[in-house]
Amino acid sequence: MDAVSLKEIASAIAIGLGAIGPGIGIGLLAGKALEAVGRNPEASGKIQSMMILAIAFAEAIAIYALVVALIIKFV
Amino acid sequence: MHISLIPETLGHIGSLTLTNTLFTSWVVMAVLMVMAFWGGKKPRLVPDKKQNFFELIIETVFNFFVEVWGDTKKVRKFFAFLATFFIFILVSNWFGLIPGVGTIGFYEHDEEFVSFFRSLNSDLNATIAWAVISVIATQIAGFVTLGAKKHLGKFFNFKSPIDFFVGILEFVSEISKLISFSFRLFGNVFAGEVLLVVMMFLVPYILPLPFFMLEMFVGLIQALVFTTLTLVFLKMATETH
Repeated sequence: MDAVSLKEIASAIAIGLGAIGPGIGIGLLAGKALEAVGRNPEASGKIQSMMILAIAFAEAIAIYALVVALIIKFV
Repeated sequence: MHISLIPETLGHIGSLTLTNTLFTSWVVMAVLMVMAFWGGKKPRLVPDKKQNFFELIIETVFNFFVEVWGDTKKVRKFFAFLATFFIFILVSNWFGLIPGVGTIGFYEHDEEFVSFFRSLNSDLNATIAWAVISVIATQIAGFVTLGAKKHLGKFFNFKSPIDFFVGILEFVSEISKLISFSFRLFGNVFAGEVLLVVMMFLVPYILPLPFFMLEMFVGLIQALVFTTLTLVFLKMATETH
């Protein structure tokens, strides 16, 4: 287990584990949004814009993990 | 396959390093300024096709902001600022997808390839600049609208111990906005670039097409999210709660 192979494994684990949480979060968000649109189709415009905003927040966490993985690999 | 987190330098102007992202930002600025001058040359009350196109863009963006904020007058106050964020980030994201960006360049002395253009927001310096502008503008808007005492009273609240800690949390969350703004935009654009490079390295034809579509979508969404978040923070800073 030399340093180079540990770096590769670390980079993979960083993004692999870091994508679990946001994946679940975005799934929950989209599910609730779809449910809300099903209950009240007239408000679908408002629900859609709020859903996109909240999904971008959740995805930002996955992006942080990706940035850490890229830093480990390339720096 | 050459991927580097740090943008490559093209040369020096005095003591300022000219990186390829800086050069790309000049090109994007020139494109936007030319389009702005050409589009607003002779405005008429009944618009012709060219003016109609620009009015369509401005109206769509304006209506979207009003839908999120709710107050037309305040949106009109901040519209130039917010729309500049949106249009500049959107155009610079989409500019990074044009064929030639990242591939036209020269070979440096030690066999390294340096391209002339590189997507502007794949440079952490650029995204930190956007984040700093956004956060400082929010603070200034809060100071101007509410007055110094009320605005600072949100962060340094001595009424009760719980309020004091909430104030400290608000202060820390302002700092975290800097980090989250810059890293969200940087991560999305840089990871998109890496994805495209890897895809085109593996299968140069046909396969990268859906990834280009994904990158166009991501570029639009990131510009939208940056602007909407700035809008929401401006709204929270200019109203008492």
